[in-house]
Amino acid sequence: MLEYYRDIAPQGTVELLQQLGRRVEGKSLVHVNSTRYGGGVAEMLHRLLPLFDELGIRVRWEVMAGSDLFYRATRSLYNALQGSRQRITPEMYDAYIECNRESAKRLNLDAEFAMIHDPQPAALIDARPHGATWIWRCHIDVSTPQHSVWQFLRPFVVRYDAAVVSLPKFSQRLPLPQFLVYPSIDPLSEKNCELQPDEIDKVLQRLGVPRDKPILLQVSRFDRFKDPVGVVAAYRLVKKSHDCRLVLAGGTATDDPESVEVLAEVQEAAGTDPDVHILLLPPTANLEINALQRAATIIYQKSTREGFGLTVAEALWKGKPVIGGETGGIVVQLIPGVTGFTVNSPEGAAFYTKRLLNEPELMAVLGRQGKEYARHRFLITRHLQDYLGLLIYLQERGRTG
Amino acid sequence: MIERYAKQPFRFFSCMELREVLGKRAVDVPRLLELIEEAPADSIYYHTYSYYLRHAYTQQLYSNDFANWIALYAQDRVLGERLGVLDPFEFSDIEQLRGEILSIMADHLNHSTVVTRCIVSEPFEFIRSHVIEIPLGLEATTLGEFYDALAIVEVGAVYNHVCEARMRKKPRSADFADWLAWEEGLGLQDLASKVEQAARLGLSLEGMRNKILRLCDQELTRQRAS
Repeated sequence: MLEYYRDIAPQGTVELLQQLGRRVEGKSLVHVNSTRYGGGVAEMLHRLLPLFDELGIRVRWEVMAGSDLFYRATRSLYNALQGSRQRITPEMYDAYIECNRESAKRLNLDAEFAMIHDPQPAALIDARPHGATWIWRCHIDVSTPQHSVWQFLRPFVVRYDAAVVSLPKFSQRLPLPQFLVYPSIDPLSEKNCELQPDEIDKVLQRLGVPRDKPILLQVSRFDRFKDPVGVVAAYRLVKKSHDCRLVLAGGTATDDPESVEVLAEVQEAAGTDPDVHILLLPPTANLEINALQRAATIIYQKSTREGFGLTVAEALWKGKPVIGGETGGIVVQLIPGVTGFTVNSPEGAAFYTKRLLNEPELMAVLGRQGKEYARHRFLITRHLQDYLGLLIYLQERGRTG
Repeated sequence: MIERYAKQPFRFFSCMELREVLGKRAVDVPRLLELIEEAPADSIYYHTYSYYLRHAYTQQLYSNDFANWIALYAQDRVLGERLGVLDPFEFSDIEQLRGEILSIMADHLNHSTVVTRCIVSEPFEFIRSHVIEIPLGLEATTLGEFYDALAIVEVGAVYNHVCEARMRKKPRSADFADWLAWEEGLGLQDLASKVEQAARLGLSLEGMRNKILRLCDQELTRQRAS
């Protein structure tokens, strides 16, 4: 499979990965998370594991399973760690501990290295086999957590050998080394692979989006932090001078009443404008998202709060100019005037949209540079390289004590 | 023309950088100075030398992170410019470079009446660099082979054999310019000094690669003609 990336990744990457792989060949590595399908972590593990395997690393993926109460508890923990105020009962904490304890008995954790993803399985550290190196891979922003929840989780986290964060500002003070690894997209996945023009046409036709005028697009959940209402406001400002369409494509989560409310607000803001398309897509609509991104003229990720925001990397990879909120990982993906623009208001988004629509040459330059930047920084090959480097470093540190 | 063969082949190694977040953050220049004073040498290395290892698009105004942050976020253009002009390759080790940075900052703060705080939510984050060297299984004993290999290696190899080799004082066989000049290598003094200069032009790594390739190509053309 690595060979498929030879003409996509930066020059020499495949050889580099093979050489790195030799340094940890034959080692065992187990990844543990709490879901096999759905969500960015599972999506990435599906793509990364065959590559680890091809490089001679004996890799496994274990998934913990729990009761409804466990999932409710971890959803609340997840939100609380990201700074949203949550009420977590003693029963929920008990369910978390109990599920981790049960999973430790059920899962095969016997490996030289373990990468434990996110807070849900963090308490598995109690079951670390003697001599194994355990890494806590934190995909979320834990810089401003709800104090009581962090106090609960921290005693587990500090017993790991290392942690991995997606941005420096997402880290917490911890007495263990914390490494920086950006997440990534897979250029060969259904969401990012090349599409023929007629495939794109067919998908857009099926979705009812005509291609008769410039398309402004935001792909994201209907979540207040993604500011879809702000995107509609930006579109309204642009529309005064430039004829264009707005497509808001995303989903609502059935277990998230707020997303239903936000969707209603967006529908109200859109009114009866026939040039605004609100598309409710299922989580499996990868081909549709790919086609929409490739058909778009400008892509937004106008978040007011964001994790890493990999939809930006997806858009950059498709050679599109991107306008994003100045928050989270968007700021490391969008270099103002080089790969896109960052903004802090609907007015800012409208200003840069108009500028780009007026300057097609600038759009082409940003698109070309954005794709090149994504190639070096946000593809799965760079992600694999960082993980291999981490394993090598920890292995050699272990040898030297 | 008789092609010159090196007694010691040049072995290409690439490198990758593992980044460790130190959890130390500065929101103003005086605090930045304190943290530069106490940061591990590998962190000073990351924010100065390994700037060259990053993608050209992320390279901002100046070729070190301290100058960029001070100019762009702490809003002190004068101090940013004074640090921005530093060429890390003029210093024989990290501690000398750290000393120079601290001395410039202290001098500036002593003469400044206003301390500007960072006005955006982007504190300076200290990161430490762990460079992992990777053999590429490629070697060259002639200039032609050197040219061919340099044209295809992963760009980290350029960093390793130009920046890292000089900074960490690696043996002559690991530094492009040293090997080209060395009698056990190709013994091409003129080409070697031009290659050494190419590393000082402030180019990106791809820029350095292209410049060195052009110099080698000119030398090969000259050799063929003689």
